[in-house]
Amino acid sequence: MSYTSQLRELIKKVEKTREERLGHDFPRMTPEQKQDVLNNHHPDYIKDQFREAKIGPNKGDRFPHELCDVIEGYPAVKWDEVDTSKIDYDVDVLVVGGGGAGASASLLAHEAGANVLLTTKLRFGDSNTVMAQGGIQAADKSSDSPATHYLDVIGGGHYSNVPELVRALVTDAPSVIDWLEDLGVMFDKEDDGSMKTRHGGGTSKKRMHSARDYTGAEIMRVLRDEVLCRDINVVEFSPVVELLMDNEGKAAGAIIYNFETEEYQVVRAKTVIITTGGLGRLHTQKFPTSNHYGATADGLVLAYRAGAKLAFMDTVQYHPTGASYPEQIEGFLITEKVRGLGATPLNIDGEQFVYHLETRDVEASAIIRECAKGKGITTPSGMQGVWLDSPMIDKLHGEGTIERELPAMVRQFARFGVDIKKDPILVYPTLHYQNGGILINDKCESSVENLYVAGEASGGTHGRNRLMGNSLLDILVLGRRAGKNAAAKAQSIDNKDAKLNLEHAKKFVEELKEEGIKRTKTSPILIPDYTDGELS
Amino acid sequence: MLNQKCDEKNQNNNEFVDIYIMGKRYSVPSSLTIMKAFEYAGYTLLRGCGCRAGFCGACSTVYRIGGNHELKVGLACQTKVENDMYLTQIPFYPAHKVNYEVDKLQGDGDQVVEIYPEITKCLGCNACSNVCPQDIKVMKYVSHAIRGEVSKAADESFDCLLCGLCASKCPANIVQYKVGLLCRRLHGKYLAPKANHVKDRINEIKEEKFEKQLDELVNSSKDELANKYNNRDIEK
Repeated sequence: MSYTSQLRELIKKVEKTREERLGHDFPRMTPEQKQDVLNNHHPDYIKDQFREAKIGPNKGDRFPHELCDVIEGYPAVKWDEVDTSKIDYDVDVLVVGGGGAGASASLLAHEAGANVLLTTKLRFGDSNTVMAQGGIQAADKSSDSPATHYLDVIGGGHYSNVPELVRALVTDAPSVIDWLEDLGVMFDKEDDGSMKTRHGGGTSKKRMHSARDYTGAEIMRVLRDEVLCRDINVVEFSPVVELLMDNEGKAAGAIIYNFETEEYQVVRAKTVIITTGGLGRLHTQKFPTSNHYGATADGLVLAYRAGAKLAFMDTVQYHPTGASYPEQIEGFLITEKVRGLGATPLNIDGEQFVYHLETRDVEASAIIRECAKGKGITTPSGMQGVWLDSPMIDKLHGEGTIERELPAMVRQFARFGVDIKKDPILVYPTLHYQNGGILINDKCESSVENLYVAGEASGGTHGRNRLMGNSLLDILVLGRRAGKNAAAKAQSIDNKDAKLNLEHAKKFVEELKEEGIKRTKTSPILIPDYTDGELS
Repeated sequence: MLNQKCDEKNQNNNEFVDIYIMGKRYSVPSSLTIMKAFEYAGYTLLRGCGCRAGFCGACSTVYRIGGNHELKVGLACQTKVENDMYLTQIPFYPAHKVNYEVDKLQGDGDQVVEIYPEITKCLGCNACSNVCPQDIKVMKYVSHAIRGEVSKAADESFDCLLCGLCASKCPANIVQYKVGLLCRRLHGKYLAPKANHVKDRINEIKEEKFEKQLDELVNSSKDELANKYNNRDIEK
């Protein structure tokens, strides 16, 4: 479906202003202007979209309704169908989740000599990692430094980030790039081998490393291949539906559920690492999402029942540029690399209304504000959007840049008859990332002993807003740390006589009853329901 | 929301098509992708569904159009439904995987043929390229691999999603997508020039060159950080 004649008419306005916009940067916002647009237009600031958690370690904290709904769900496991004394898998380290954090945690735990089981709900590798396009940050050039990276991260996060986690992120970053290069990841490089790096929203130095616009896919396919080449047990289509604890209330395993046979299996583990990703598929505030099918906050539900504290769950990242046309790809991510290369957002009159590389929350809020003013474009399916002037990229960097730097994007739109080299794209913010998660320290330990967390399921690193390229980084920094630390801890644990139990979940059910929460929903929900056609 | 939109559309344009999922007929809006049509028809997908955005290769689909013998394939999340489409999903395709220790390999082309000797049996039928949903010239990169041109094979295969549709069509039982992956890893590890600045930075970090600066930042108040942040140099 190429552009309709009405949209074609509007594109003429974009083309008309293009020459005069070339070489003229729109001014950045002042700190006051940023705060103003956030207060008035960012979804996180709409109070009635949140409510206080009624039970658990964060009782009284504000969570999105959709998260409260799963947190306050009843356990899906039927107690009497599980015999926790019958052990199906007996391992040192159990890794829950098969994205970038799970794979890197498994590799490091295995390298440390641990017997590892990786279990995942869908296919190994199918995760948000594989969809990350734009890049991965690391301060590894002489013009840059880990301290500069630190300042960008904490400023982007509105100074709320957990400092020790930011420090871990920026300090480990160059080693992560080196590790990936050594595993055979094909980064974009100059002829002399130095990394091609670019800006992302909110970066003060060009430190975004990329592999065309398949950066996450490239990293994930290499990590997955490496895991499969080693003696690591991988079980697919088998989500964890409840954690298991020992008599001292420490994490000691999990119940996994075989989707096909509908059977439960018991895993005994000395340490457990949760790497289940975020909550995009809960569709907070009914936003479309750029997230993977499996992003249903399962790890949060499991860890919360086991007593782990969550952090920053009142903030969700809406990526400024999700596709709002054509209908088949509504909500899909338009990588920030498109703006990094110089594409600018424009209103219905072809005028720019915000600097194109503000931080994601500010950029998204400015787009929402422009549409609220009536300056957005209404698509044939009734969605709102603003233009993202992609043809500017070739004007700025030379013919062929879009084709070379953004092959995935070109292909994505070409499938539906839109040529992003010639025509601008219609975009609107899409639910992209869970800023918060299970609170951890810089060893990736949660508040529950022997329970580690890495990747998007963890919280604290990014504060209230994450910058582009720091998620591909954190899954590897934290995944590696979690794997290494969980394996080391496992060595000191003797769990031969541990009695695995579900007392924590039973207690949680009692609390739910005491709070008058009825058994209307069960969780983790595992698979989002799209059979009603509501959202997808 | 989608249903409502579709209903409106139906009234305006009557844009519905008949499709057949595992032999059963359903009427669905013509604007949907195959994946959304499955869900519109009431299916909850467990296998054959992943990122839903054309990056993971989990949703390989086989179909044909009524009256036509030709079997077609595509990604369910990227292909629109057509009238009289007969559909089925490929939830799992068993493919040969060789385990190797990448550290013990070398960057030369002989490695690829040693690990995947079946590539030399390529018949040149190009069925692999014809089914690739990414429009990759699959046969071309396999030819590069046969000739030991690892870097060329790596570059040509770069956009591969590992969906496995190429292998499903290969009469010589080549697992093309795994050959491409091996070539890319060999190129990335052994043949691409090294990024020396990364090693330099790692050494500086080991020598604790940045510890003092980081200590200062970690111990700064919010106001101090805001001041530094708002006045930081931004590279052009």
